[in-house]
Amino acid sequence: MSNKVVIQGLYKTYEKNTVQSADKHVLVDLNFTVPTRSFTCFLGPSGCGKSTLLRIIAGFDNPSRGAVLVDGEPVCGPNPKHIFVFQEDGLFPWFTAHENIELGIRHLKDAQKRHELVLEYLEMVGLSGFGAYYPHELSGGMRRRAEVARALIANPDILFMDEPFGALDFVTRLQMREEMLNVHAMFPTTILFITHDIDEAIQLADQIVLFTERPTRIKEVLALDYPHPRDFTKGELAAIRRHIYRLMGVHAAL
Amino acid sequence: MRANGLKKWFEERWSAFLLSFLILVLWETAVHVFEIKPERFPGVFQILKGLWELIQDGRLLDYVVASLFRVTWGYLLAVGLAVPLGIFLGVKPFWRRTINPIVQFLRPISPLAWTPIALMWLGIGDYPAIFLIFLAVFFPMVLFTTSGVAGINPTYLYAASNFGIAGHELYSRVILQAALPEIITGLRITLGTAWLVIVAAEMIAVKSGLGYLIVDARNSLRMDQVLGGMFVIGLIGLLLDNVVRQLEKLPSIRWKRLKQ
Repeated sequence: MSNKVVIQGLYKTYEKNTVQSADKHVLVDLNFTVPTRSFTCFLGPSGCGKSTLLRIIAGFDNPSRGAVLVDGEPVCGPNPKHIFVFQEDGLFPWFTAHENIELGIRHLKDAQKRHELVLEYLEMVGLSGFGAYYPHELSGGMRRRAEVARALIANPDILFMDEPFGALDFVTRLQMREEMLNVHAMFPTTILFITHDIDEAIQLADQIVLFTERPTRIKEVLALDYPHPRDFTKGELAAIRRHIYRLMGVHAAL
Repeated sequence: MRANGLKKWFEERWSAFLLSFLILVLWETAVHVFEIKPERFPGVFQILKGLWELIQDGRLLDYVVASLFRVTWGYLLAVGLAVPLGIFLGVKPFWRRTINPIVQFLRPISPLAWTPIALMWLGIGDYPAIFLIFLAVFFPMVLFTTSGVAGINPTYLYAASNFGIAGHELYSRVILQAALPEIITGLRITLGTAWLVIVAAEMIAVKSGLGYLIVDARNSLRMDQVLGGMFVIGLIGLLLDNVVRQLEKLPSIRWKRLKQ
C-alpha cells in the first residue's frame, strides 16, 4: 500500500518568550507515514500538540523544521481536497445547514446540480428536512453530521478530524463512530483522526500513532488489522488495549 | 398564529401600559389639585392641545421630517464609511495599532463640542447638524466593527481557507457575516446616540427640526409644546430602536447572542 502522508523529521518550536524553555518545543523529530485510505488515529494526552500536527499537515500552519509530504509533494497551504472537520464551530453559524454543505461544492456551476447533491448528502447523514435549519437550531450531534456532510460532499482525498466528537454525549459519540466507519467503507478517503479516547482509537483505527506528553515525540505506531465490529474486551485487541493503557501511564488493569 | 402573537405581545406589556396610564392620570390630577400654572408645568390635556396645534399648522410634520432627514444622512454617511474602515482595521493588526488610539481618543469627545467648528465651517443649516450626527455615529461604529472583525473565531477563517474561499468572497460571505452581530449592536446603539444628538444640534445650529421646536416653544413660553415636543422625540426614538431590534432577531444574526 502506498503512503498518502509522509512526515520526515518534523519539529515545531514556538519562538515566543515562553517562561520555561522546555515549553518552546511542541513537536520533536516526528517521523511516520499514513497509508493511503487508512483510518489513522492520533492518540495522546490533551495539549500534547496533536492538534498542531494536524493543522500543519492540513496546511494551516508551518513546521519549524522537517518535511510534510502529501502524495509525495510538500504541503503548501490549505487545499479543498484535504478537508478539516473541527471539534466545534466549524460550521458557519450565519448559514443554514444546506448553505454550509453547499460550500463543499461551490466550484460546481450548475445550481440545480448543487441543490440535488446537497439534498443527497443531507439524507446520507440523516438530516433530511433539516437543510433550512441554522447550526444553533440543531443538536450537537446533528451539527457534527452536517459538518461531516460538508466535508464529504467535497469528495476529499484526506479527511482531518480534530476530536470531532469530543463535545458529544456518550451514546451520540458511539453512533458517530459507527457512522465514521461506514463513511470510511463508502468513500476512498484517508482519515486522520485525533482523539484522546483510547477505546475510540481502538474501535476506529487501522493505525494508531501514539504521542508522548510535551515536548511531543512519537511513542509507538501500532497497526490494527482487525475486522469491524471490534470487541476490545477479549483476545488480541484486549491485549493491545492493555498495552496502550500502560504506555499512557495507566498501570492497573482496568 | 397572529392572534397568538398579539396576545403574547399584550401579555408582556400590559403592566407597562397600565403604569404609563396611571402616571398620566396622576399627573393630570396633580396639575388640577395643586393649581399649577400651565406656563410652569402643563397638564396632559394641555400638552395634547398644544401638539394638536402643531399638527394642524403643519409644523410638527415638517420638523419631524427635517430631524429624520438629518439623522438619516448623517447616520448613513457615517455607517457607510465606518464599516469598511472598521473591517480594514479588523483584518490589519498594524493599521489597527496605528489608527485605533486616535479613534479611541476622538470618540469620548461629545459631538456637541464640535458645534463651534461645525458652525464656522458649514454655516447655519442642515450641514452642521448632519456633520454632528456623522461624528456621533462614525467613531463608535468604527470601534464596534473593528472589534467584531478582530474577534472572529479563527476556526471560521480556517474553514473558509479550507474551502478555498478568498478575495471579495471571504469578505462578503465570512468576515462581514461573522462580524455582523456586533455591527448590528453598533447600529442600534449609535442610532440612539444620533437621535440624542440631533435634538441638541438643532437647538443650536438650525431653525427647524424637533430640537428647534423645543427652543422655539420655550422662547414663546409654550411649556405645553416643549413637553409635547419631548413626547414626540421619545416616541420616535422608541420606534427607531424597535426597528433595529428586529434585525437582531434574524437567525443569521442571533447565533452570537445564543453563544454567549
